[in-house]
Amino acid sequence: MLLQRFLIRLLTMAITLFGVAVVVFVVIRVAPGDPIAMMLPPGATDADIARLRALYGLDKTIVQQFFIWLSGVIRGDFGTSISLRQDVLGLVFNRLPATLELAITALLMAVAIGGTAAILGARERGTAVEAGIDIASGTALSIPDFLWGLVLILLFGVLIPVFDISGRVSPQLDLPFVTQFYLFESILRLRFDLTWDLLKHMLMPAVALALPLAAIIAQLLKQSLKEVLDLDYVVLARVKGFSETQVILREALKNAALPTLTLVGVQFTFLIGGTVIVERLFSYEGLGNMAIDAVINRDLPLIQGIVLVFALLFVLINLTVDMMYALLNPRLRHG
Amino acid sequence: MSAACLDIRNLSAVLANGQRVLRSVSLAVQPGEVRALVGESGAGKTMIGKAVLGVLPSSVHIVEGEMLLEGEDLGRLQPKARRTLIGARTALIPQDPLTALNPSRRIGPQMTDRLVRILGWSGQRADARIRQLLDEVQIRDPDRVLRSYPHELSGGMRQRVLIAAAFAAEPRLIVADEPTTALDVTVQKQILRLIAQLQREHGTAILFVTHDLGVVAKISQKVSVLYAGKVVEEADTAALFAAPQHAYTRALIAATPRYTDPLASLKPVDEAVLAGLAAEIAAAEQAWRPPHG
Ligand SMILES: Nc1ncnc2c1ncn2[C@@H]1O[C@H](COP(=O)(O)OP(=O)(O)OP(=O)(O)O)[C@@H](O)[C@H]1O
Ligand SMILES: [Mg+2]
Repeated sequence: MLLQRFLIRLLTMAITLFGVAVVVFVVIRVAPGDPIAMMLPPGATDADIARLRALYGLDKTIVQQFFIWLSGVIRGDFGTSISLRQDVLGLVFNRLPATLELAITALLMAVAIGGTAAILGARERGTAVEAGIDIASGTALSIPDFLWGLVLILLFGVLIPVFDISGRVSPQLDLPFVTQFYLFESILRLRFDLTWDLLKHMLMPAVALALPLAAIIAQLLKQSLKEVLDLDYVVLARVKGFSETQVILREALKNAALPTLTLVGVQFTFLIGGTVIVERLFSYEGLGNMAIDAVINRDLPLIQGIVLVFALLFVLINLTVDMMYALLNPRLRHG
Repeated sequence: MSAACLDIRNLSAVLANGQRVLRSVSLAVQPGEVRALVGESGAGKTMIGKAVLGVLPSSVHIVEGEMLLEGEDLGRLQPKARRTLIGARTALIPQDPLTALNPSRRIGPQMTDRLVRILGWSGQRADARIRQLLDEVQIRDPDRVLRSYPHELSGGMRQRVLIAAAFAAEPRLIVADEPTTALDVTVQKQILRLIAQLQREHGTAILFVTHDLGVVAKISQKVSVLYAGKVVEEADTAALFAAPQHAYTRALIAATPRYTDPLASLKPVDEAVLAGLAAEIAAAEQAWRPPHG
């Protein structure tokens, strides 16, 4: 039963990824702009152009191109970047860890900030504290992540320059890392000097990405908590002598978290989408930043590779959320 | 005179719009005694229970009166002290066993958490105690039950679990809020018998909320009749059935089907009696002034 559900999920995932691949493939070829023309110096002859087109396989029909590319992808060959002249998969995997670190840090911040606000607001329901939390989360939510990025740059990069606003790490530092997960590796190696430098670079883009999601979590989780807090088993826990904080943490939180969890899954994919512009704003060397360069350069293989990796990420996130949902809900676990 | 287990004096509570839901309620439960609180739906029975246990909804405010639990005035205690006192000396047997257990927690920890975390018992002692109580409520496979999630147990089983948990800490007072209404008719009798039996063995005072005079007759020694938030009559249970004083009580008894006539339908309470009551309450409401402006 569970296996069957899992297999169906895998199949849906494959179909989704295939669909994404088709759409991206077609759209970037229909959109105006010729990567070959952009590569060549002015005055190149038509013969030069034709030769280069043939080299990248762009002289074939879209359908032919697609299946050539797809058969490569299945073998793990995502082609060669036109602008960077390197293996696409290598480029993507080199940048992906930076983006993942940023997105996960932002997610953790959003959960910490939003969760705390929700619990506090539910405990102090009907008071000025709750009203304050509502106003703050309403504000955080009505400003998109990239605007938060600009606000933070102006505040803490220009007005009171306490954080670094550009890059991932100070360039003069010697980095002993063997993986691209600088932040995680610096912690594992106990090189907290490097952790601190990385955090100083990451904090503002992460906060920019985290704030809208934190606001969503604060609002939704607080609402669910308030509903659960009227239920009989919560009343019974109060009669047993538990304080409101204990009641929220022990009885209400887990049951109230289910709707929030589903939404956070969806919102996390949006957050990852947000890294594209936010990384650009902060010149953070991640996948999103590279995606913008790829689009500017009409680097078709690189765009396809990046989009497919993003799509795979989204699908995996959804799968994780489903599994966590089942784990948290005993009815599903035994059903 | 020794202190009553629970002594409610002149308790009034209002809704946000100023409407009174409890009208100068006075009632006492002596140690070891079962007092039934009877009245029709919306009379305020649950409200009284929740007021005693300190879990009134935020929309309801107590505006006058006292509640003394074994002589301690609950209204004068700091919130934390009141919570701990209520947790240590009282327990609740709720109306609906389906919603009164946390769906995502196993039965075991839900039964022991008060013993361990509020009363400071060791886990072992709490576990032994809970098993003893499960035996008293005739649950023969405690291991399975303690490991279960609520949805894996039947309604009757869950109510047994809740009854066992209520008696486990030897509270002085139990508030039982229509503990059988949500159950199958066949199970109702068993559960009622169980509560009566445990009450006798443990000597616990119970404030027993019900709208069923048949249940009142079976379980209680004293009874208070509530109508629209007002106690209209209180008496020894036997005396109440033998010689009801108030017209509403008489009407209520008349409306209850007899054992000899189990298929008789519930007759509505007499219109004229209700009209008289409405006038009585309206007059009382005219005369009543909230204590602080
Ligand atoms: N959360 C609440 N906020 C405001 N008013 C409420 C609330 N709960 C109940 N009431 C009102 O308070 C009054 C008393 O309700 P209560 O639940 O105590 O009645 P009851 O005697 O227990 O009835 P039942 O037999 O249906 O359980 C009713 O008029 C009801 O509408
Ligand atoms: Mg009720």
